[in-house]
Amino acid sequence: MPYVPHTEEEVREMLATIGVNSIEDLFAEITEDMRPQSFDLPEGLSEMEVLNKLEAMANKNATDRVSFLGAGFYDHYIPAAVDALTMRGEFYTAYTPYQPEASQGTLQAIFEYQTAVTRLLGMECSNASVYDGGTALYEALMMAVRKTKRRKIVVSEALNPIYRVMLDSYTTNLDIEFITVPHKSGMTDIDGIKAAIDDDTAAVLVQNPNFFGSINDFTELFAAAKAKKAVSIISSYPVLQSLLKTPGEMGADIAVAEGQSLGLPLSFGGPYLGIMTCTKKMVRQMPGRVVGRTEDKDGKTGYVLTLQAREQHIRRQKATSNICSNQSLCALRALVHMCALGELGMKRAARLSIERAHICAERLTAIDGVEMLTKGPFGNEFAVTLPVNAYDAIAKLTERGFVPGFPLGRYYEGLENGLLVACTEKTSEEQIGIFAEMLKGALK
Amino acid sequence: MKTIFEKSVAGREGCWPCEGMAEEAYIPNELLRDGDIGLPSASELDVVRHFTKLSQRNMGVDGNFYPLGSCTMKYNPKFTETVAAMPGFTRLHPVLPQLQGAGGLCQGALEVMYETEKLLCEITGMAAYTLHPMAGAHGELTGVMLMAAYHRDKGNKKTKMIVPDSAHGTNPASAAIAGYDIVSVESVDGIVSPEALAEVLDDEVAGMMMTCPNTLGLFETHLPKIVKMLREVDALLYYDGANLNAIMGKMRVGDVGFDIIHWNVHKTLATPHGGGGPGAGPVGVSERLVDFLPISRVSKLEDGQFFLDYDYPKSIGYVAPFYGNFGVYLKAYAYMLRLGGVGLTRATENAVLAANYMRKRLSTHFDIPYDRICMHEFVASANRQTKNGVRALDIGKALLDKGHHAPTVYFPLIVPEAIMVEPTETENKTTLDQFCDDLIAIAELAESNPEVIQEAPVTLPVKRLDETKAARAMELTDDL
Repeated sequence: MPYVPHTEEEVREMLATIGVNSIEDLFAEITEDMRPQSFDLPEGLSEMEVLNKLEAMANKNATDRVSFLGAGFYDHYIPAAVDALTMRGEFYTAYTPYQPEASQGTLQAIFEYQTAVTRLLGMECSNASVYDGGTALYEALMMAVRKTKRRKIVVSEALNPIYRVMLDSYTTNLDIEFITVPHKSGMTDIDGIKAAIDDDTAAVLVQNPNFFGSINDFTELFAAAKAKKAVSIISSYPVLQSLLKTPGEMGADIAVAEGQSLGLPLSFGGPYLGIMTCTKKMVRQMPGRVVGRTEDKDGKTGYVLTLQAREQHIRRQKATSNICSNQSLCALRALVHMCALGELGMKRAARLSIERAHICAERLTAIDGVEMLTKGPFGNEFAVTLPVNAYDAIAKLTERGFVPGFPLGRYYEGLENGLLVACTEKTSEEQIGIFAEMLKGALK
Repeated sequence: MKTIFEKSVAGREGCWPCEGMAEEAYIPNELLRDGDIGLPSASELDVVRHFTKLSQRNMGVDGNFYPLGSCTMKYNPKFTETVAAMPGFTRLHPVLPQLQGAGGLCQGALEVMYETEKLLCEITGMAAYTLHPMAGAHGELTGVMLMAAYHRDKGNKKTKMIVPDSAHGTNPASAAIAGYDIVSVESVDGIVSPEALAEVLDDEVAGMMMTCPNTLGLFETHLPKIVKMLREVDALLYYDGANLNAIMGKMRVGDVGFDIIHWNVHKTLATPHGGGGPGAGPVGVSERLVDFLPISRVSKLEDGQFFLDYDYPKSIGYVAPFYGNFGVYLKAYAYMLRLGGVGLTRATENAVLAANYMRKRLSTHFDIPYDRICMHEFVASANRQTKNGVRALDIGKALLDKGHHAPTVYFPLIVPEAIMVEPTETENKTTLDQFCDDLIAIAELAESNPEVIQEAPVTLPVKRLDETKAARAMELTDDL
């Protein structure tokens, strides 16, 4: 029987020690009326059979298409060192580091991760506990509600719509009101957001680059929020953050991000990593696990989980959050990814991604009837309007081996012809050229 | 050990796979950051050596016995990693099936989710599952949100959630975050008694969150009575699946009347913990809650094609951006296929056998507050040892010196000096015996020479760490 090591002889010895006759005697408390009405599961398979079955299932997925699909989730190159190092069993099969002396590897790695992401985002504190970028936003707004004791959240409509529907679901039972400020042709309406802030505003939520790819400076907006004692929250894209003005430089109180593009494969939606950073002032409101540096009884440097008094295993219903995982392995992937690329590699990934997107935008807008939706600066993703419904164009191109992007009409009424196109450093100029030709053909 | 930042040498090149840097500046200066990021500059070998050395300062199941009660640290088969790394899965963009007509591009992945849901339903006797929650506690929150949606739909006015005093801290935290007031119910002789429950149960109770077997490792024998009592006030019963490894094939929570269950797939289906995450926390529901499950849901057409269905008007909406931690489910699914129904039942039987064997062996030297047949874990106490000044924490540290990870200590809160041991079904008898021998030797040393134990650990990279200093100094990044 797989993975159960006992011999029959050993089982007999163990039962004798316990003082029962059979294993079934150990389950006597589960009376007949509580026994399963059915347990109709398949017979076990050999390791090889399972691998063959899953390989066949994997082959049913069309991963050979050239894809320009992004919408906040990107296919960046992952150095081989990321897999090799994070697959080490000492990291992989460890648990939450409750015994710090036996877990210095995990703890120092989280400490280094905290250092790397706070530097990337220009913030002061970070955890490594949040599941994904959307949950990070939700946790950030809850931090703001706790801190300000207010109930209104001003949110930009140019913030990822997938995350906005998550926020709605999470707050259904709570006394929280969202004021959603419409986008203006894919641009974040900074003045509109500013005007919506009042004395009951707990937080403002914006994204950079926004969902349509356009880049902003929110310094003034965050100053206006501060003047009204509201918390400034920004969701940003970590790869571009190696070039762009940081949330910290803009004066954000909390900066979050989806960490997937830092060394985690797309994997059909998970596992991903919620990056969550804040100022020192907000750290006691932050959910999850935080690692701190300290020393042992001989004065030697070491690391521990700290500020645990906020957490559910101590505060129970009064905890800052119910999160008790710490996404350690995902955070480790992100850290190794950033270290392997290094200062220079991170900047290269960002600059090349931006360059490819600009080449792509130029090629696409050269086609009759294709125009840029947004007018300002953009990063590695951009929105165009097509002369036809974007869904139809996507369906046509997908058949021919290209996934051209995301149809904006799925979330934005009136943008049925809108197409969101993403590039990374993996996108080649040749692919862009063929894509443009194909789109041109499909639009005829 | 120095941090990777301290080892950085400005200008040293990493392992960026292609040459060149975009020449043209596409972004105006005022939108760019000032100065460097502050990430390390290191060669690939520098990075490999740094993280290899770090890993060697860690205990994991692959290297050490890890009897961490309530966390279920069993062996994670290696072949499941091969599955999760198949490019046909890792390269799949999550938005792909949302494009019109593109559902055909990810039939394999949708099938994995569909089949996983079916297996989870059969193991637990529930009507349907959502795979969206990304961890056990996230599943709890989802479960409580489902309760709220059920009561809202029926026009019930309910404000309270009952949580036993032996419950995990995440239970009250999840319920409070979803907007409920928490009412605690005290355990009687280690389990929930109908009499104690009756005292706190009224029409305002939305539901109760139970763990069975509970965190003392004991089976909740009054379960049928408790289910009946809750039904009478239209309260829902929630099953915390942390201890599901103890009952597979022996009881199905749906059959006994639970309405909601979450799993921690790492505890029951052997997906690696990775230092605390990522996990996955699928949530199953009884028939009356199906309409409220999060969207999307995977459905199968008559022609065998799978598709994502968003048409559930009563749904609580999105709890995750996509379909949960798909990469983790691949491992869980492969594990279930490998073991089958017989293998899963046998896993449960042997987990319970190992726990009872160790309980019996250790009861000579340690207090066992509830010394009767337990399920897959049991709680001992260091009460006897405290007389010599040796606490549960010290015993845990002394075990580290012997090469074992420590058991969970000081939980559950209702046992003083708790030492919670969970051996799991995958540890062989030699290991179980060695651990018992070592623990007994520590108990004997606590009598004769307690100072030695108070000094532990002495064999690890660091000695006992100053946690108070860490909290006071708040040194949270490498920026001196």
